[in-house]
Amino acid sequence: MALVIKDITKVVRGVTHIKPTSLTLDTGHFNVLLGETGAGKTSLIKMMAGLDPIAAGQIEMDGTDVTKLTTQQRRISLVHQFFVNYPHMTVYDNIASPLRVARMAKSEIEDRVQEAADILKLSPMLKRRPHELSGGQQQRCALARAIAKDSQAVFLDEPLANLDYKLREELRELLPELFAGRGAVVVYATSEPEEALLLGGKTALMIDGRVAQYGPTADLYRAPDTLTAAQIFSNPPINHAPMSKQGNTLRMGNIAWDATGDAAGLRDGEYTVAIRPNHILPNASDTATVPLTGRIGVTELSGSESSAHFDFQGHGWVSLAHGTHPYQIGEDHTFYMDAAACLYFGPDGSRAA
Amino acid sequence: MQKRSLVPIIYIIFLMLPIYWLVAMSFKTTNEILAGFSLFPQTFTLDAYRTIFTDPTWYWGYINSIIYVSLNTVISVSVALPAAYAFSRYRFLGDKQLFFWLLTNRMAPAAVFALPFFQLYSAVGIFDTHLAVALAHCLFNIPLAVWILEGFMGGVPKELDETAYVDGYSFPRFFMTIFIPTIKAGVGVAAFFCFMFSWVELLLAKTLTAVEAKPIAATMTKTASSAGYELGLLAAAGTLTIIPGAIVIYFVRNYIAKGFAMGRV
Repeated sequence: MALVIKDITKVVRGVTHIKPTSLTLDTGHFNVLLGETGAGKTSLIKMMAGLDPIAAGQIEMDGTDVTKLTTQQRRISLVHQFFVNYPHMTVYDNIASPLRVARMAKSEIEDRVQEAADILKLSPMLKRRPHELSGGQQQRCALARAIAKDSQAVFLDEPLANLDYKLREELRELLPELFAGRGAVVVYATSEPEEALLLGGKTALMIDGRVAQYGPTADLYRAPDTLTAAQIFSNPPINHAPMSKQGNTLRMGNIAWDATGDAAGLRDGEYTVAIRPNHILPNASDTATVPLTGRIGVTELSGSESSAHFDFQGHGWVSLAHGTHPYQIGEDHTFYMDAAACLYFGPDGSRAA
Repeated sequence: MQKRSLVPIIYIIFLMLPIYWLVAMSFKTTNEILAGFSLFPQTFTLDAYRTIFTDPTWYWGYINSIIYVSLNTVISVSVALPAAYAFSRYRFLGDKQLFFWLLTNRMAPAAVFALPFFQLYSAVGIFDTHLAVALAHCLFNIPLAVWILEGFMGGVPKELDETAYVDGYSFPRFFMTIFIPTIKAGVGVAAFFCFMFSWVELLLAKTLTAVEAKPIAATMTKTASSAGYELGLLAAAGTLTIIPGAIVIYFVRNYIAKGFAMGRV
């Protein structure tokens, strides 16, 4: 089973919101739409769900063209970022409502609601109304409604964005189990790179209303096609600075190091080097060998990790390392960069090595 | 008693005094009312109420009023529901102007419309019917209901509509079984205000009726002029006129507070 979109486009009052986009989304793993706010994730989901009209293109579900079908005729589920439940119905009725609309037998409805409620730990509160539940429970109710139904595609539009940290972790762990073996195409929109990595599967990177890159999530993380893609798929933001190659030497301001690995194949010229914060460490190691000195600006400690923002030759760079480190704000500190983890981009922003 | 509760108590007494006076008067004989000042009825009598409940010209006044007020409430709310939905969910050419224009209908005094309505309804033959008054009152009640309902509907996220469509609900089914129950507080508030404004409106109701659909307020004014000083009877009629409003407001009191909080009432 697969959800195939071919060159779908959205135009609002003459302005193109979604540029022609084609994707083949498979079942059996999460399909993550990763992009910043306004990149078009929600628009794309609404188009696939039939809620927003598409200006051109075609949508196929399971080999059937559904472009002309209304939302009601498509066998889909949708969970919003906001906790959307029917406020006047109990949790049980909420989960059962799509099944009742589909005229399912009463005993079958009961079985399905129980099953969904068990997985999402809602069984003790089936008789309550949504406003009597906590935010996490309300979203679990919305998820239960989505899985109780036999859907060909399940769209999750940033379902965890409005939950606090702990609930988010809890629910995220549940998600893969929820959809395992259901045979539905799961589309998950998020603006957080960590979430995409945790959910695995495949990721489509969205930038300005188009899919910039699509592939297995780990590949996208390791080998982004463009500097923009690398920037979106990195939190804290990826560090970057202009660099030049001459002979076997890479030079970034007054820092120079030998070109090895992928970088050795680069032609001489001007490039942009990008490196993730977790490859810039406060101490030298076997891999982190290139020293760079910068003035410490802000430091942050988040549990087991500490990050330091420092001024490197006029660029705001970040180092992210395990453990706590005695940074002195306003003082110079020498960090060590893992040159093998550097990504190199040409002047047009596409990756050179 | 604490000192600071004194002010609200005085204020409430000040507000309740005329109503108390009306109720007390309705239990007095006309002679006693005219005789001078008395705080309680000296000779307690239910004569006034007996007259109202036995004389058809009196009790039909109430029945007529209740018929056209209910009719108007049903028409206003059922017409306003889809209109308010359109204003809250869709953007169309001139939507904001149209919405404002609806409200301006409330700004003209009813007297302006009395003559055209009278002539029009006489011409089409619905003069002196309950429908005539109910329709005339729609002029200011529909805009009011649209305004109130639009406020409540705006508070419901569009995602609810989308979720229902995804779940397979057709639009009419969604509207009736999900959307209206969701904004039932708003429906209650809108119905209450339609009821109230229609109940207290006198000029159009009086102009558009003669005998068959004569409202209670009209009955009261005519009795006052023809039968001389039947003050006890009038007071009893006035007391009974307050009751329907009091009953309705009891049912929607919590919703009204919600409506005030949303700034639409």
